[in-house]
Amino acid sequence: MPNDVLVFVEFADGSPTKAGLQALGAGSKLATELGGQAIALVIGSATAELGKHGASRMLVAGGDAVASYSPDGFARIVSEQAAATGAAAVLASATPMGKDFMARAAAMSKCGLAADCTELKSEGGKPRAVRPVYAGKALQTVEAPGPLWATLRPNVFAEVSSDNAAAAETVAVSFGPGDLKAVVKEILAGVKGKLDVAEAEIVVSGGRGLKDPAGEGKQNWENLEKLAEQLGAATGASRAVVDAGWRPHGEQVGQTGKTVSPKLYVACGISGAIQHLAGMSGSKVIVAINKDENAPIFKVADFGIVGMVEDVVPALTAALKEAMGS
Amino acid sequence: MDIIVCIRRAPTTDARIKPGADGKTYDPAGVNFDISEYDKFAIEAGIALKEKHSGQVTIVSVGPSAATKELRTAIAMGCDAAHLLVSDAQHDSYALAQVLAGKIKELPHDIVLFGWASVDGQSASTGQMVAEMLGLPSVSVAVALEVVDGKASVDRVAAHGNRERYEINLPAVVTCTKGLNKPRSANMKGIMAAKKTAVPETPANAPADGVAVVKMDPPPPRAEGKIVGKGAEAVGALVKALREEAKVI
Repeated sequence: MPNDVLVFVEFADGSPTKAGLQALGAGSKLATELGGQAIALVIGSATAELGKHGASRMLVAGGDAVASYSPDGFARIVSEQAAATGAAAVLASATPMGKDFMARAAAMSKCGLAADCTELKSEGGKPRAVRPVYAGKALQTVEAPGPLWATLRPNVFAEVSSDNAAAAETVAVSFGPGDLKAVVKEILAGVKGKLDVAEAEIVVSGGRGLKDPAGEGKQNWENLEKLAEQLGAATGASRAVVDAGWRPHGEQVGQTGKTVSPKLYVACGISGAIQHLAGMSGSKVIVAINKDENAPIFKVADFGIVGMVEDVVPALTAALKEAMGS
Repeated sequence: MDIIVCIRRAPTTDARIKPGADGKTYDPAGVNFDISEYDKFAIEAGIALKEKHSGQVTIVSVGPSAATKELRTAIAMGCDAAHLLVSDAQHDSYALAQVLAGKIKELPHDIVLFGWASVDGQSASTGQMVAEMLGLPSVSVAVALEVVDGKASVDRVAAHGNRERYEINLPAVVTCTKGLNKPRSANMKGIMAAKKTAVPETPANAPADGVAVVKMDPPPPRAEGKIVGKGAEAVGALVKALREEAKVI
C-alpha cells in the first residue's frame, strides 16, 4: 500500500539485531504518521516475533540463494519486495550490511538513497529524512520524488513494543545461488564479543594523550580497556593514534573514520581536532578527560575532568564499579 | 589490466561547513579542497594493481573545472589518464552514479575502484550504485584486494570487527578503505608528467537527484558543558553527574 513502510530487519546468529529492531521501531512510527503499516522483511531461515516490535506484517525470504550474505542477492529481494508492497519508504539499518546492499537495491529500483539518517518524519503525507553530512558539520533534510529509500544510523532511533500478530508470510525468491554476482565465501572472525564502535551504546575513546602502547603508554591503554569493559562500551580512537599504528583502523572516530552517536562518549587524552569533534558531537552525552583545560574537546563535552589520564581513568573505573554495584 | 578509479574533489576535513545562501548547499567561501580521503586508497590500489599486472589506471570524476587540480594530483601519484565530467552542482549519489556509469561504459574496464565513502556527502553508496547500473559484482569497504586469473579476492569489513571474504569475477567494482594500503605521495617525476597530461573535460549532463535536498541546517548547538573537577578526586562528582543528571549509567 502507498502509505506502508518496508523495513529490512537484520538478523545475526538467529536473532534480530538491536539496530534492526531500532529500524523497525522507526519504520513503525513513520508508518503511523503516514497512515499505513510497517512491514518487516527478514532474509534467511530465522524468524522472530516482530509483531511485538512494531511490525504489522512480516515477510520472510529464505532458501539456498540467501543462505549466505550476497550484496546483489539481498538487494534484489528488497527491491522486489519494495515493488510488491508499493511502500512509501524502504528502510534498513546503516550497518556494514545495510550500507552495502541498500545502495544497490535503491539503484535497482531506480531510486536514490538517503544514507545514515538520524531522523524520519512525514511532511504533507510524504516521508522526509534528516542526515548528517560532512561528519555532522551540517544536517541535510531530504525527500524523494518516489518512495524514500533510507538507511538509519544505529542507536538513534528507539525500539517500539506492539501487540500485532504478524505471522510469517513466505515470499518467493526469484533467483538461484548461480545467479549471484558476489557471495560471502568465508567469514574471518574478529575478536569475539568485540563491540563495533559505530554500533555501541557507549564508546570509550583514547587519543595521543595515552601515549605509545608499546612503551610508556602500555598501562594507559590497559586502563582504557578496563573502563570500556566496566561500561560495556566499545573502544574508539582518534586519527592520530590510528595513524601511529597504536590502534586498529576500525576504531577510528571522526570525519575520516566512523561517525558515531552513542548515548555516552568518553574521550580520554583526546584534544579534539575538528575532524574528531565532527565525528562524535552527535553523541547524547560527552565526557572528556584531558590534562589541558583549554583543549577543544571541553567545548563539546557535557562533563569534563581536567587531569592526567594515568590517574583519572583507573579512578573512574573504580568509582563506576562501586556505583554500578559490580 | 584496465583499471578505473573514480575520485571526488571534496572540502578538506578541517573545513568549517556553513549552509550557503540557498539554504541547501554549503557556503564555499574559505573552503579548501582535496581528493576525498578514502579515494586515495582507491588510487593506491589501482596503481599497485597496474604495477603487478601491467595495464593502465584511468581516473574518472564528476566536479567543477577546478577539479582538474585533484585529477592531476592523481596522475602525479602514478595514474595514466583522467576524465573530468564537468558539473558545478552538488549531486546526490544516484545522479553521480548515473554520470559515472555512463562514462565507464565507454572505457575498457577490468576493475572499477572507489573510496568507500566521500568525506562530504558520506553516502557510501555511489560505488555499489555504479556496479548495479553496469551489472557488475560489487564488494564495498575493502581492506584486502588481490587479482588472480581474472578473479578478485576481496576482504571487506563486516559487523563486530569480522571480515567477509569474497571471490568475484572481473570486471567488478570494489570500494576501498583505510587499512587496504598506504597511499603514496607524488614524486617530482609524477608531478612533471601530470603537468603534461591533458585532462579532457566534458559536460556531465547529470540527471535529477534521486533524493533532493530540501534544506541544510547547522547541527543544533550543544548545551554548555561543565568541568566537574580536577584530577582523580573529581571522579565521584562525574559518576554522580552521569547517574543523576545525565542518567546514562
